[in-house]
Amino acid sequence: MKNTSFFGKLISHREWLLGAIIVLMLVGVGYTAPFFVTPSNLAEAFDDTSILIMLACAQMLVILTRCIDLSVASNIALTGMCVALFNVAYPETPALVTLILSIGIGIVLGAFNGVLVWLVGIPSIVVTLGTMSVYRGFVFLLSDGEWVNAHEMTPQFLALPRATFLDLTVLSWIAIAVTLALFVFTRFTKTGLSIFAVGGNPKAAVYSGLNVGKHQFITFCISGAVAGMCGYLWVSRYAVAYVEVALAFELQVVAACVIGGISIAGGIGTIWGAALGAIFLGLIKNALPVIGISPFWQLAISGLVIVLAVIINSRSEKRGGRRILREAHQ
Amino acid sequence: MMNEEVLKQPMTQEFPKELPNSLNGDLRSKLMRWETLLMVFVAIAFFTNTQISPYFLDPWSLSDATFNFTEKAIIALPMALLIIARDIDLSVASTIALASVAMGFANTMGAGPIELALIGMAVGTVAGFVNGWIITKFDIPAIVVTIGTMSLYRGIAYIVLGDDVYRSYPSDFAFFGQGYVWGVLSFEFVLFLGLAIVFGILLHKTTFGRRVYAIGNNPTAALFSGINVKRHRLFLFTLVGLFAGVAAVLLTSRIGSTRPSIAMGWELEVITMVVLGGVNILGGAGSIVGVFIAVFLMGLVTFGMGLMNVPGIVMSIFTGFLLILVIGTPIIWRRFLTVRKMRSKSGG
Repeated sequence: MKNTSFFGKLISHREWLLGAIIVLMLVGVGYTAPFFVTPSNLAEAFDDTSILIMLACAQMLVILTRCIDLSVASNIALTGMCVALFNVAYPETPALVTLILSIGIGIVLGAFNGVLVWLVGIPSIVVTLGTMSVYRGFVFLLSDGEWVNAHEMTPQFLALPRATFLDLTVLSWIAIAVTLALFVFTRFTKTGLSIFAVGGNPKAAVYSGLNVGKHQFITFCISGAVAGMCGYLWVSRYAVAYVEVALAFELQVVAACVIGGISIAGGIGTIWGAALGAIFLGLIKNALPVIGISPFWQLAISGLVIVLAVIINSRSEKRGGRRILREAHQ
Repeated sequence: MMNEEVLKQPMTQEFPKELPNSLNGDLRSKLMRWETLLMVFVAIAFFTNTQISPYFLDPWSLSDATFNFTEKAIIALPMALLIIARDIDLSVASTIALASVAMGFANTMGAGPIELALIGMAVGTVAGFVNGWIITKFDIPAIVVTIGTMSLYRGIAYIVLGDDVYRSYPSDFAFFGQGYVWGVLSFEFVLFLGLAIVFGILLHKTTFGRRVYAIGNNPTAALFSGINVKRHRLFLFTLVGLFAGVAAVLLTSRIGSTRPSIAMGWELEVITMVVLGGVNILGGAGSIVGVFIAVFLMGLVTFGMGLMNVPGIVMSIFTGFLLILVIGTPIIWRRFLTVRKMRSKSGG
């Protein structure tokens, strides 16, 4: 059932629609507050959104396989605390080694989720609800509830995400690189394409010789790796590590995916969608104070946007064949 | 998913795939039930607590211990029904915040205690109805919608209240959360006991309850059997909203103030209680008795850790592991049994 109305066509190209909305918002905000759309300010807003973009792209892969990773924010807090304490203990470690270390810790935390989903077979929402509390609790055990403050961190530890290259921060460049890498992964690699198959129709995927659980495991590892890296970047960018770092951030990540048109039922979504969803949320966050709306409105607005986005998605997802298949396999 | 077949099966032994004529199994199957296992854990937790503190067995101390889980437990009862029907509501804690802020606002307009309670419950009911309406009207997975309304409801609370706090509730209002009905029995606790009986009857002894199981086991089949699936789901979401409103009344009355951050993170604790009680997160199986015992288990364990001065955040490690362990163990155990059966068959 192809939607032939103009609106129907528009929402079937969700990324373009979302991109257009973002541009419209920029124009609107720029009209009331011209300094907001200056390149330096936009670069700053992008820097502020970078972590969300990376996490949303990685979360998308997990959601594609019909799973969800709610433990990413706790992963950030735990990995961030680990590398901060590591930095305090071994101050002469180069920042690049710290970055690699954070990715390693992140993979371990992600793989733990993945193993429970793959080999034990617990629903991912239960696993990650559990590890969300567990990882956050470990931050407290590691740090004794103490903060690791800026003056305890070494300059090279703090410098990495802030260094600028071609007017953008290294953090922004990392976000761009991760987004491009994941785009290539989902579009041009066998594993990446299999992830869509696994989420679109797990039964058919099994009969085509794909190991569904293993692909879910892989996406959890990727999500963990990105979250771990973001743990270091977060702690270093905000120059502080404590128990409540990134508290409830997982909801924003899932929200970015939902806004970006990634179907929670699995198998549908693009990296661009996830990235634009994150940029959309980042834009709201950065534009609200500029146009004189209290930051307290941010939570309600993103909530409203999520609800509206899922309603719009549900309309465009209703394609005949898919629906029958999905209901038949239940 | 490799394990999809395993997962689709009910968690407890209560509802095998082919319904037998009688649900009363032999003694062995009764002993093997999830609820029995939970009772053993409750007994262990109770005994450990008596060893930790000599004051634990004091009736007043026991009564105090009930306060930290009663409000969550009251939401866990309808939530169990909702999860059995294959849905979930992650917005309950935000609903509490919204209802509490509404009560605080009404209080500044001079509403009395009864009016405040009614307003809290009404706001909760509306919030639940909105969830259910969006989910059933547009046919969207409950988890995404309630993640959205979770932000939306708490967001509205933040818009209304910001950094502020509502205090100075009327002194009569304190009864709901702090009052005692008879001796050491608090109003909250008696309400919970009464509701547990009501929900037990509703789920296990009425046609409605049977339909909830039917919807959870196979919504399509339920629809073809003439059950109005959408209306039942809408009702369940509204019910969860109503009791989130009730919990908001009790909590606001107990702590006597409202901040937008009230009850933060409660949705996870409520869901943990339900799942710990043996309710299958994928729907179709579970019992109120199980949830009832799980509530006490979590209450006793957190109280015991409190007695040992364990910080709340460390308790969350325990809760998280408990959740994974409780779901994982039966799955591994069942697979172990299947493998053994297959081996013995091929051997003999």
